[in-house]
Amino acid sequence: MGRYVIRRLLQMVPVFIGTTFLIFVMVYALGDPVAAMFGDRAPDPATAAQIRESLHLNDPLWSQYLQYMAGIFRGDFGTAFNGTPVSELMGSAFPNTIKLTLVAFAIEVVVGVGLGVVAGMRRGRFVDTGVLVFTLLVISIPTFVTGYLLQYFIGVKLAWAAPAVSVDVHIGELLLPGIVLAGVSLAYVARLTRTSIAENIRSDYIRTATAKGLPRRRVVGVHLLRNSLIPVITFLGTDIGALMGGAIVTERIFNIQGVGYQLYQGILRQNAPTVVGFVTILVVVFLAANLIVDLLYAVLDPRIRYA
Amino acid sequence: MTSTEKTPAVPAPRDADSPLLQVRDLHVEFHTRDGVVKAVNGVNYSVSAGETLAVLGESGSGKSVTAQAVMGILDMPPAKIPRGEIRFRGQDMLTMSGEARRKLRGAKIAMIFQDALSSLNPVLSVGYQLGEMFRVHQGLSKKAALARAVELMDKVKIPAAKNRVHDFPHQFSGGMRQRIMIAMALALEPELIIADEPTTALDVTVQAQVMDLLAELQREFHMGLILITHDLGVVADVADKIAVMYAGRIVETAPVHELYKNPAHPYTRGLLDSIPRLDQKGQELYAIKGLPPNLLHVPQGCAFHPRCPKAQDICRTDAPALHTLGEGRRSACHFWKETVHG
Repeated sequence: MGRYVIRRLLQMVPVFIGTTFLIFVMVYALGDPVAAMFGDRAPDPATAAQIRESLHLNDPLWSQYLQYMAGIFRGDFGTAFNGTPVSELMGSAFPNTIKLTLVAFAIEVVVGVGLGVVAGMRRGRFVDTGVLVFTLLVISIPTFVTGYLLQYFIGVKLAWAAPAVSVDVHIGELLLPGIVLAGVSLAYVARLTRTSIAENIRSDYIRTATAKGLPRRRVVGVHLLRNSLIPVITFLGTDIGALMGGAIVTERIFNIQGVGYQLYQGILRQNAPTVVGFVTILVVVFLAANLIVDLLYAVLDPRIRYA
Repeated sequence: MTSTEKTPAVPAPRDADSPLLQVRDLHVEFHTRDGVVKAVNGVNYSVSAGETLAVLGESGSGKSVTAQAVMGILDMPPAKIPRGEIRFRGQDMLTMSGEARRKLRGAKIAMIFQDALSSLNPVLSVGYQLGEMFRVHQGLSKKAALARAVELMDKVKIPAAKNRVHDFPHQFSGGMRQRIMIAMALALEPELIIADEPTTALDVTVQAQVMDLLAELQREFHMGLILITHDLGVVADVADKIAVMYAGRIVETAPVHELYKNPAHPYTRGLLDSIPRLDQKGQELYAIKGLPPNLLHVPQGCAFHPRCPKAQDICRTDAPALHTLGEGRRSACHFWKETVHG
């Protein structure tokens, strides 16, 4: 197990370098950061040259990348063009996004698994068809549509929930954005759970559990769920990264000053240090989530042993 | 999750003569998209304490379905029991409440399944799965239940039980896994055990060991045993009486030795003749011609007539009754007299 973890960590190094280098090249090399700083006005050539020099923009690309990476490992993500250190932006953005992700994740797990179990145990019946149609609908409607619709009807018309999130970001305010963010993943979780439950409920060991005289709730809660949730948990693990990075649309709609909001602003203003910095952190989150899922797999399914 | 309810005593009076389990005119059908599959069509059998009944038949003869109906583990729907009685100590289990029935399962009537690898939960340790019996039915603590699980594993002769109690099913050999299934069935010292082809998935040498263990434990606890099998070799050593099933019906019942000596149904005769014998080495093996009937369309008359070498006109129109030949001997053949003496 220990060796497996070390090997996996080592495998992450090239993935990390590869992804961050790609992002770096796309953001720095394909745009002109100095021009972006000045917006619509043409910069004074002397000043531009000076800024270029101070930002090492005249060095070869790989050298710039190395300098940037060296900075990251010292905790220095560079400075956004308005003078705020990127790490400061992260400090304010990540807590908000993490809160939103947790709310969305909780909804995804509870509602998604719940619907999946109910549908899987009554396969082919009315509830099952209902869940299938509902999830198909959720999957096919883009997030910005559900987002604006829910914001308008539940937030504005009915006023059941706040239509936008305040600066303090209360958990209660995050319920509506959480539902919007969780939507598509929730539908996938429900479908995955349904298939898994429907398959396992006919298995021999469930028949054995029934023959042992266990109460129905124990047959389902211990024997059926324990087996059926293995693939679902794998999906959920990798989805955490997707939720954090995918909150751009949701955060825009509900005005949450999180990672998605900062990334959006960064891309819009060609604010290279912000974009590269945030994406680098998201890459790390993805990699860590994947590793944890793989390790969890061995805990959940004893038949899998890592060497 | 641990429920603390005790298993209640079965409230029915027990007179000494009445059998432990009595199945009367049991019908089971499955409602499928293609139509109604009549899997069991009027089965009668009984088992007393300490007695072993072997139920013999090909795949699809309804022997397992009958057993699952007795256990109460059929999926209903699609399964349906339109007629019949299953009396355990005189009480009809089909009219019992679901909860009363559940408390009998595992505690009074236990079942051993064919393939222990797929029948044990792959992600729970064997200790947990064995201990669950005590935790659920007797309300024992996790720790006490685990101690009982080790005792059980010792009882079925699993070496180093204490060290292996936390292992998972896939870490055991086939024979050891089947011993764990047996241990699980025995946990609460039930009065009746149904073993559904308990040795089919095992090597021949291991088969004998497992069968011996089962027979030994049955004697020790004076349990009734229903042994479902298609292996005539297994039956001869352990069974007291045999019921042969075909197309959801019992076609012959007999004390074990009489059946071997003198089968009273052409189907039984065919089964016996298809056992490979040493003195016929080199000759072609005998096989009953044709295939078992499709239970969606059971043939009219005697269900066996399309494959029967003795079939006459009457066999194609009239279903034979189960004729009584003697003490404990019955045959559902119009020509049982000729068959016995032929």
